[in-house]
Amino acid sequence: MRKKLTLAIITSFVLGSPATGQVPDRSSPPALAAPRPLQLPAIQRFRLSNGLPVVFMEKRGVPIIQVNLMIKTGSAMDPPNQNGLASLTAAMLDEGAGALSALELADAIDFLGARISTGAGAHTSSVALHTPVSKLAEALALMADIAVRPRFAVEELERLRKERLTLLLQWHDQPSTIASITFSRKLFGPRHPYGIPSIGNEQSLRAMKVADLKRFHETYYHPNNAALIVVGEIGRRELEKQLEAVFGSWKGRTTATVNWPDAAQVEQRTVYIVDKPGAAQSEIRMGRIGVARTTKDYFPLVVMNTMLGGSFTSRLNQNLRETHGYSYGAGSFFDMRPLPGPFMASSAVHTAVTDSALAEFFKEFKGILKPIPEDEFEKAKNYLALGYADNFESVGQIAGMLADMILYGLPDDYFNTYVKNVLAVKKEDVERVAREYIVPGKMLVVVVGDKAVVERGIRNLNLGRVEVLSVEDVLGKKPKL
Amino acid sequence: MKSWPLAFLIPLFVLSAQDSGLTVPYEMFRLNNGLTVILHEDHTVPRVAVNMWYHVGSGHEKPGRTGFAHLFEHIMFEGSANVPEGMFDVWLEAAGGDNNGSTTTDRTNYYENLPSNALELALFLESDRMGYLLDAMSPAKVDGQRDVVKNERRQRYENQPYGMVWIVMARSLYPENHPYSWPTIGSMEDLSAASYEDVVEFFKKYYVPNNASLVVAGDIDPKTTRALVEKWFNEIPRGKPTEPLDPPATFLASEKRLLMEDRVQLPRLTMAWLTPPAYHPGDAEMDLAAHILAGGKNSRLYKRLVYDMQIAQDVSAFQWSAALASSFWIVATAREGHTLAEIEAVIQEEIDKLKTEQPATRELQRAVNQFEAGFLDGLETSSRKADQLNAYYVRTGNPDYFNEDLARYKAVAPPDIRAMIQTYLRDEARVVLSIVPTGKKELAAAKSTEIKP
Repeated sequence: MRKKLTLAIITSFVLGSPATGQVPDRSSPPALAAPRPLQLPAIQRFRLSNGLPVVFMEKRGVPIIQVNLMIKTGSAMDPPNQNGLASLTAAMLDEGAGALSALELADAIDFLGARISTGAGAHTSSVALHTPVSKLAEALALMADIAVRPRFAVEELERLRKERLTLLLQWHDQPSTIASITFSRKLFGPRHPYGIPSIGNEQSLRAMKVADLKRFHETYYHPNNAALIVVGEIGRRELEKQLEAVFGSWKGRTTATVNWPDAAQVEQRTVYIVDKPGAAQSEIRMGRIGVARTTKDYFPLVVMNTMLGGSFTSRLNQNLRETHGYSYGAGSFFDMRPLPGPFMASSAVHTAVTDSALAEFFKEFKGILKPIPEDEFEKAKNYLALGYADNFESVGQIAGMLADMILYGLPDDYFNTYVKNVLAVKKEDVERVAREYIVPGKMLVVVVGDKAVVERGIRNLNLGRVEVLSVEDVLGKKPKL
Repeated sequence: MKSWPLAFLIPLFVLSAQDSGLTVPYEMFRLNNGLTVILHEDHTVPRVAVNMWYHVGSGHEKPGRTGFAHLFEHIMFEGSANVPEGMFDVWLEAAGGDNNGSTTTDRTNYYENLPSNALELALFLESDRMGYLLDAMSPAKVDGQRDVVKNERRQRYENQPYGMVWIVMARSLYPENHPYSWPTIGSMEDLSAASYEDVVEFFKKYYVPNNASLVVAGDIDPKTTRALVEKWFNEIPRGKPTEPLDPPATFLASEKRLLMEDRVQLPRLTMAWLTPPAYHPGDAEMDLAAHILAGGKNSRLYKRLVYDMQIAQDVSAFQWSAALASSFWIVATAREGHTLAEIEAVIQEEIDKLKTEQPATRELQRAVNQFEAGFLDGLETSSRKADQLNAYYVRTGNPDYFNEDLARYKAVAPPDIRAMIQTYLRDEARVVLSIVPTGKKELAAAKSTEIKP
């Protein structure tokens, strides 16, 4: 193959470049000009005749378009003993809607070359359409059926129930899933929405009925509890017309409100070992309750975490991966949500070095409480500020950024002032938030691994109380179909 | 990094004005040392993608050194003569850039995505490791990355349910000593055996400008960019020509039926056949056949196994396209209470059906439409375009092969699918691997021989 192609390659070339005779100076990295600023097209806001708000960014270049319907409801609104209801409701939306059965609907969407996905997180549910612009009208009609007129057919519910029960069973195989579920459960408790897997548990899944899904949909899926986010190659007027045609007649109001229990902060360091005999690695999760997205400390926290575990050169990754070779990677993040979400550090480490790896994590947690070197601080700020434009290349990415803007009530100039806000962060504020939010003595530690190998070393670290759990203690008994 | 003048921000966002046709305009030239360079302008955001392909992958490894091409990929980030250890990443991050690399059987790629003002930094870094890696190499660096790669193997294969399937299938599908018969990640023994001398030899043989191609795509001025590329890469000497691989012929003389235990809850069936190489006749047909079999709810296998019968949790099918020989895979996980024999029987029926009756016109068109939409997605980001330009250049000689590539799919007619399935999905030339929960061999497909990972 190569031989045959060589000729074609040579003839298509501009012939060899002239030697410039210039010898580059490699003694230091080249000096760089000032970066070009990111300037995004304007964020446009309007409402359909039924009041449904639309947030729109016109993006030219590739003839595709992203339309996300965001419903402000999620697993955090699951009624007691009905964990998984928001998630199952969202999953059922495209299993038959309007005049079409599940199979007919899937065929229609696939034939357009479009994708429509539905799902629910803790606070939002979504119907997301990604389509060639040329198919927008047909795709939007299907999308509106899915959001507004789902069938909730009982045979489709039974099928998804089986699928989800099987998923619960498969979690028993997955150390990283087990680790994350254990961490959330122990941090937030079994009644807080952040402590419970969004798909629910065996008991709640078995009990769910079509009437429950319909009620949930009727309670929360209304124009006054939703927003449309649109990004793509289309003009405002044409878009308004198309959206109005399929969503304009959607009526109804949500009045439901939900209160959540407070989660208690970690006051005593505790280690949970979940036994996975024979595991080649230990999955580690550690941390405590962090902060809500609306915090005034957002920018200092993001800069601080970038240094601690938010980039490749961060302290955790450099230590566990590059210096010690314990892991393929290590990191940390603040999962900022409407309510305070977790601060979590994580890695998967070679079983034999589990205790040493934990010790290094704590070394870095303590290290970040000390004064921060100026160059490291500048690097982190520049990484965030100059890298920010990377979030605005594809219509899907931009729609995701706009969704956050809506959910957290960020101002319209947020994207254009982000860079300035990051660069304005002061070192003393970064040092302050480190001391406030990274509290090494009051953290939960979860290790999913081979207890027979790792337990003694972990106990010898004297981190605090050590509790050994089985996978079934965390996930429950394996469901039978 | 000094502060930079934000005060001068003025709205100057200009949207790129590509026409709606599938074309990615480019400029291509070759340096005197043989480095191929491809440039593409896209000013959507002030970012640039630098994408270097070295035409060496795990297929070029020698016996006893499996995993070496990938280990070497890691070592490329550990510094070169003018880039102290660790600074490759530090300098890039300080400029707002990210970087990574990946290794396949056929090639190794390296890429930086960074603000357009920092383009020259990426060219400095890429050229320094192409020209002067060995000046800064040491056995300790090799050891450090050896540990990281072993952890990568644990994380991606050993500690993953069904993770050893890929490794077992590689050695079962291809004849012994075929370049694809060992996994890209390599064996633990071979990773332990890799030496400093291996690094030196590999670098001198394969990491030469005449065995590489560089794409720069994004917010660039082609003229300036060309001058910068010449500035940083011209001084690197040409290496000896690399010889194309001369692999043994790929064929499966008979069906192989294998069984392996794993710490999993549910049994999983993996079937694979050898198929035509990437971009060869039959390759696009098999891509579409995969969609017809397992792409979406109405696909034949999904509809029967998952939707109607509900005896499988999932099913997927794909054409794994590669330079020397591709493979076609069907993977299905049985639900509790069902055996892989039941699953296999249904798969067999559906394959047999496609061997006798061509797919419906709409069924094929549905698959083609999805591929066509996928091409549009590939044009959204400079980094994806850069890698695709490089891939098309390497495999076809034409970086802007987008339209031609799509045309391959559009040209397929229903009888072509039937013909290709008849030709390539033969019962007597395939590997059928059953992964079963430990102690439950009765769940495997019939007549399977047990193997160990």
